[in-house]
Amino acid sequence: MSAAAITAHAPSHPHGEATGIWSWITTVDHKRIGIMYFLTSFFFFFVGGLEALLIRIQLMRPENAFISAETYSQMFTMHGTTMVFLVAMPMAVAFFNYLVPLQIGARDVAFPRLNALSFWVFLFGGLYLNSSFLFGAAPNTSWVGYANLTSLQFTPGRNVEFWIIGLSILGASSILGGVNFITTIINLRAPGMKLMRMPLFTWMTLVTSFLLITALPVIAVALILLGFDRFFGANFFEVTAGGDPILWQHLFWLFGHPEVYILILPAFGIISDVIPTFSKKPLFGYPVVVYAGILIGFIGWGVWSHHMFTVGLGPIADSFFVASTMIIAIPTGIKIFNWLATMWGGSLRFPTPMLFAVGLVAVFTVGGLSGVMHASAPVDLQQHDSYFVVAHFHYVLVGGAMMGLFSGIYFWFPKVTGRMMNETIGKWHFWTTLVGFNLTFFPMHFAGLFGMPRRTWTYLEALNLETWNQLSTVGAFIFGASSLLLMWNLFHSVRKGEKASPNPWGAGTLEWALPSPPRHYNFAALPRVRSREPLWDEEERKEVEAVTMAEPDREPLMPSPSFWPVVLAFGLALTWILLMTHIWWMPLLGLAVTAVAVFGWAFQPAFR
Amino acid sequence: MLKRAGAMRHAKLMPWAKGLGTLFLMAFLSSCGQDYLQSTINPVTDYGEAIHKLYVQIFWWTMLILAVVWALMAYILIRFREKPGQERPKPVHGHVGLEIAWTLVPALIVVAIVIPTIRTIFEIQRPPEGDVLVVEVTGKRYWWSFHFPELGVTTANELHLPVGRPVSLRLESGDVIHSFWVPQLGGKRDVNPVVSVPEGREPKRNWMHITIREKGVFWGQCAEFCGEAHSLMGIRVVAQDEEEFQDWVETWRTPAPTANAPADAEPASPGTPAASADPARPDTGEVGEVREGGIAHAAIDAYEEDPLVARGREVFFRESYCVLCHAIEGTQAAGIIGPNLTRFGSRLTLGAGMLPNTDENLIAWIADPRGVKPGAQMPGAQYTVTYEGQTFPPLNLNDEQIRALAAYLSSMR
Amino acid sequence: MAHAAAVAPDDHHYTSTGLSSWKVGFWAFIGSECLFFATLISTYLVYKGRSITGPYPEEILDIPLTTISTFVLLMSSLAMVLALDGVQRGSRKLALIWLGTVILLGATFLGFQVYEFNHFVHEGLTIGTNVFGSSFFVLTGFHGAHVAVGLIWLLTLWILAFRNKLPATDSLKVEIAGLYWHFVDVVWIVIFTLVYLIQ
Repeated sequence: MSAAAITAHAPSHPHGEATGIWSWITTVDHKRIGIMYFLTSFFFFFVGGLEALLIRIQLMRPENAFISAETYSQMFTMHGTTMVFLVAMPMAVAFFNYLVPLQIGARDVAFPRLNALSFWVFLFGGLYLNSSFLFGAAPNTSWVGYANLTSLQFTPGRNVEFWIIGLSILGASSILGGVNFITTIINLRAPGMKLMRMPLFTWMTLVTSFLLITALPVIAVALILLGFDRFFGANFFEVTAGGDPILWQHLFWLFGHPEVYILILPAFGIISDVIPTFSKKPLFGYPVVVYAGILIGFIGWGVWSHHMFTVGLGPIADSFFVASTMIIAIPTGIKIFNWLATMWGGSLRFPTPMLFAVGLVAVFTVGGLSGVMHASAPVDLQQHDSYFVVAHFHYVLVGGAMMGLFSGIYFWFPKVTGRMMNETIGKWHFWTTLVGFNLTFFPMHFAGLFGMPRRTWTYLEALNLETWNQLSTVGAFIFGASSLLLMWNLFHSVRKGEKASPNPWGAGTLEWALPSPPRHYNFAALPRVRSREPLWDEEERKEVEAVTMAEPDREPLMPSPSFWPVVLAFGLALTWILLMTHIWWMPLLGLAVTAVAVFGWAFQPAFR
Repeated sequence: MLKRAGAMRHAKLMPWAKGLGTLFLMAFLSSCGQDYLQSTINPVTDYGEAIHKLYVQIFWWTMLILAVVWALMAYILIRFREKPGQERPKPVHGHVGLEIAWTLVPALIVVAIVIPTIRTIFEIQRPPEGDVLVVEVTGKRYWWSFHFPELGVTTANELHLPVGRPVSLRLESGDVIHSFWVPQLGGKRDVNPVVSVPEGREPKRNWMHITIREKGVFWGQCAEFCGEAHSLMGIRVVAQDEEEFQDWVETWRTPAPTANAPADAEPASPGTPAASADPARPDTGEVGEVREGGIAHAAIDAYEEDPLVARGREVFFRESYCVLCHAIEGTQAAGIIGPNLTRFGSRLTLGAGMLPNTDENLIAWIADPRGVKPGAQMPGAQYTVTYEGQTFPPLNLNDEQIRALAAYLSSMR
Repeated sequence: MAHAAAVAPDDHHYTSTGLSSWKVGFWAFIGSECLFFATLISTYLVYKGRSITGPYPEEILDIPLTTISTFVLLMSSLAMVLALDGVQRGSRKLALIWLGTVILLGATFLGFQVYEFNHFVHEGLTIGTNVFGSSFFVLTGFHGAHVAVGLIWLLTLWILAFRNKLPATDSLKVEIAGLYWHFVDVVWIVIFTLVYLIQ
């Protein structure tokens, strides 16, 4: 990379950023990419939500046939796959993208074009996965896709192929994103921004990024093994040849458990920035919260077989995973107490971001505690694969991750758009979410306790599960309605919201020392940072804002837009997709596009 | 002013919301009296009770933690809400003592939970001693086969077991991963396909060890997603006292009077009792002379049979290919692909626990298995089925044949 | 008060560690590749000795031949070090010689792999024969693919050097290519040890 090579060509847009759809397609600006990630994942949130509502309608009555059993399998598979890979992960990445450079005092991420690539690969992967519906062959073997159900023998057809290829494409996006954020956070911090001065959200981004680059390769291999079995007759999960379907479970959960920390740590990071702001106190025990996050990341690698207590691994293995899983509860508990201690003695205000943050703490505790029950292997023998565990993970993922992301949306919307979100709608959104969410998922504890397995299309009337299911269905519609409130609030506020000052919440971290929205280069000159909350010390605030708010005499040269990322994303996606033709030379066409894009990219200077 | 009041109102609402939730919880718990046929908190075996005991312990620990956290939150949300004119609070960056305390206390609770947990793990996985009844459970899409190796009995979907005797279920799948879950018996255990191993090694299978403490009929179902009809793969466990269980075994071994046509009575193989000679007691087999190698014929003399039953038998053996998949002990039907139909008439349900075993349901089932149970692997009147690599053409039975078949099967109690 | 701006608008080289972002990022990528190969290798080890039918590894793996190819790959890493040194010194000649050597040796290694695969297929071992065939071909196949990508990368650098477009100031490019190449070599050492030597 030849860095400061300002060429003979004048920059095409010397002041501000270009507009128009081509400028968005070729953008390498982390803020625009963040917005695109957000809008895309928000769209998929409603897709996944629709799938959930269809499930809930089907389960409203025993022995119902609102949709067929086959369609139902596709619904719960796609609901899970969509919510995990196309909503929760990319929405967190939207936040990583927009905020991390601003929080650490950088002009962009380390690899802006790679950043764009990650987005386009994600978009193509998500669209491809959902295109399976057009063929009536949406994935249908659950979001965990256990072998040997997924083998050609037991699930012939395209469904599993779509799943393998879709997830492979998405995994690449995540790994590249992880590499980008690790490099950004390690290498592009403003002077004085020591690691232990970074906002907690950036810290959790760093831990999550390490989890991304280590966990995603494991599922990539698992998908390769399954793909080779299906496409090329390999024997990885073929029992007659000595292949073991349980290997799939080990590999999947070696990925899967770090994955759930990938899903929750960003939300923990968000509320670790939100709660201090609305308590007017710094985060209690900042280093401990950081170390707890790192510890969770590490220990998270050692607990995977707590998803496999019913598999028959033997008492010694079971006992080991009981111990490791219980141990990981401790750093999680520590964080909860640190948040509470932050609020203790503070001066609490409750605008919508704080409502969601506090809501997360209350609700996640429930989910965490049902998790403690699952951690006891004998108890889990009853709870595993029942609605009890469905309750557990929705409490931690919706009540935890989603509420954290909602908190972040309300918190940082003013920074991104320069307008405030509507507080009244926000409060309605919060309360209907809380009611709808609890009404949906709390009864599931009982359904599970009373013997309702998960992934079931229907249940017998005699089992007396109808009332619990009806409550859940009603709650689901309330929750759906509350999400419409959010959509309304976003679209309304973007156009008509009250104008926002640079720091409407009185927060302490660096991003609030910039105009709302920030200029396209973020920081004309990088400020020097002297503490964790630079804006909470009067002197330091003045010093920082003198740099960050000043009009520069000339704008810094920023990386130029490029169309190679979208072309390369297309080439990569095409390569995988053409595998579905089962014609050996077709993927080579995709590889050709990929190669052209790689060379085009490599020989295009970043700054033009 | 209004805005702050609103904020206060919201802060105050939170503790109330939580209080209401707790009341809700208690109301729900009190509904435990209801009849939940697959309840996990009403165990009838030693295995189930060990699990339940541990669950109750952990449940109370989690309730304690929840109460502490929520009480703290409620207090904080009310006590520390912003007051007008309030000064900015003093920054507190941490407190080592507190950090240690709230690390240590959870750690101690963790230890208090882990110790009984590990003890229970070893306890429930320990093979029992004494006179253990072994059952080989095979899960297939979408039904269960139960074979008692020491008794020579094979049945399907309805598992009869004696009370008070240690039972060991050996679990194996004939296709994909299933999970055997009868909540009142205890936790579930996965039913995995047996992985081929090189010579000299033992293939691995899962076991479940239980001793049932009370009689009754216990409901269960497959708990690992296995395909289209996963939710329709039910189990019935009929726990009987030892005498009743032995009766059931003997009955199974004895061909039902209507099982064979009088002239076609299947030669009894050595060691099995001859068919009952007493039509007045069709349910119990009379132990006949034990033969050594020779052929014995069932002595059914003038026995007035329902002509529909006879017609059904005709259809079963000659007009369709039922015998390719199904077996009826003591007859020429020896198919192992589908459920064993010996003494089918006495079963409580059909379709693997899906419907009560009535004539009407049986007729509907035979006419269109997939209409009753989408995904069922039994060939229907209109469609072919490919199962385990073989293709089975439509049954092509008309209404009359189906009614007769149902009558035949029902007659074998 | 002195001007508080710590980094001026024109400075695009500022980093908080003084390391090149390319290097940091590439090491992170290598981390993910480590997990990738660790998973493939673990799969191979899980299925070691579990094939129901042959051909079995002890019958078909040619240790002497593979020792030679391993040595070839190792020597290519040495050549890579020399190539980097050549570029850093600004010597077009050395760069061409040593980059060329890496490419030749790497291609030779690949040639050995292709021969081995062909030979195995003739001996009746394919990806579908048994679990040994599946895990062996997928593991070594993906490694070979990584070598192939490396060769294309190195060839590109060679062409750049040939056209005098690889000055010493661009040595970072060669250093990173070298990082990749050494990584691929280390992975092979592990594979060679666990698959061929320890049986």
